[in-house]
Amino acid sequence: MPQTLEPLLRDHAFFAGLEPGYLALIVGCAANEVYPADAFLFREGEPAQTFYLIREGKVALEVAAPGRGALVVQTLGEGDVVGFSWLIAPHRWEFDGRAVEPVRALRMDGTCLRAKFDDDPRLGYELMRRFAGLTVNRLQATRLQLLDVYGRAHDH
Amino acid sequence: MCTAVRTITDSTAQDEPGPTARARGDASSWVETERWEVAGIRRESPDVVTLDLAPPRPFEFLPGQFNMLYAPGIGEVPISISGDPVDHGHVLHTIRDVGPVTRALCALRQGERVGVRGPYGTSWPVAGAEGGDLVIVAGGIGLPPLRPALYQALGRRDSYGRIVLLYGARTPADLLFADELSAWRARFDLHVSVTVDAADLDWRGNVGVVPDLLRRAPFDPGAATAFVVGPEIMIRFTVRALLAAGVTDDRVYLSTERNMQCAVAMCGHCQLGPYLVCRDGPVFSHRQVGRWLGIREA
Repeated sequence: MPQTLEPLLRDHAFFAGLEPGYLALIVGCAANEVYPADAFLFREGEPAQTFYLIREGKVALEVAAPGRGALVVQTLGEGDVVGFSWLIAPHRWEFDGRAVEPVRALRMDGTCLRAKFDDDPRLGYELMRRFAGLTVNRLQATRLQLLDVYGRAHDH
Repeated sequence: MCTAVRTITDSTAQDEPGPTARARGDASSWVETERWEVAGIRRESPDVVTLDLAPPRPFEFLPGQFNMLYAPGIGEVPISISGDPVDHGHVLHTIRDVGPVTRALCALRQGERVGVRGPYGTSWPVAGAEGGDLVIVAGGIGLPPLRPALYQALGRRDSYGRIVLLYGARTPADLLFADELSAWRARFDLHVSVTVDAADLDWRGNVGVVPDLLRRAPFDPGAATAFVVGPEIMIRFTVRALLAAGVTDDRVYLSTERNMQCAVAMCGHCQLGPYLVCRDGPVFSHRQVGRWLGIREA
């Protein structure tokens, strides 16, 4: 068991290549957490002041649909980041986040991080740049998902 | 009287590194249709059926090749062979009901007969991928043309590094070869990841697109060969992800599904840039055809 969470942060894909000094600066915003299968990490509409770095397991983003029950929008796994809502007002979760299987994750305190960003805009820029990349990738994947590419293309 | 269905006895053809192996005789030679008996039927999903066809004599094919199947009085369609290349007596074709011909084929019953000519087309360079990792990426009805390649690679498992199968479908109900997927997932020498575009809470697997699976797949991009089949949009996104990961475009192979009608390079319906898919494909390297994918059809 590591003495601090710094090695866990360094090992996660999201922080790959980040200057060690920055890791030391933000490690105080991290908490190591474990969620059993079917536990909710967050619920739609609740205040969103955190995001999660998945180390192990799988998290489903779900939305309740009247008459259809809950639908899974996307699943995220090891190496992924869960949660963008802490970045943007009104800072409320847009989906439910449920552990599909036991999950080990680093929970990052967004309020704590935003304060660090204000103190050091270079750090803020670096992490925002990483979040922007993730957001674009997630958007492109969602577009592909919406295309229904497995629908019928031929008629013979 | 029909001529013999073409068979492949030149085993060296599949040792070539590129997708150049082709059935004996080139695609421009016409082969008469024979009538094969439906020996078995398996429903894979609500709109997909696998026909187990019994050829009149031992039939050989290379992974990735296809046959033309003829529903009498309705029409003929190219269907990839989805079974094990070493089984010369059971020739499997996995067919999705998308129109009149495929609907008629999906409605066949055991003991009935269907017209067959083939095999046609180039094959996956399964032997050429030996020595490195093999990444097989399938979307939807793209898994059947890849299954023979997987069988062949698993038959020579020690010749490869990691073997990875990534498979995406529309919903869990659309996943093909469910029993076999379970068996493959249980193997320690094969990494299998499955994802669907949409699911309810009963589904415990991944929801998302196939290219996203690549990020978490264990393979060495510098030593990997990738085979990709699926809807062309999915192929394009997957190829981008493979190239971004570091796989070179001469090691990325894909099978295109253009409008093949004659299978012998006569009608020209399946033109892809300078290629005719039935003659020069369906298996191409991305280096060959990448520039022709994504061009809007008139």
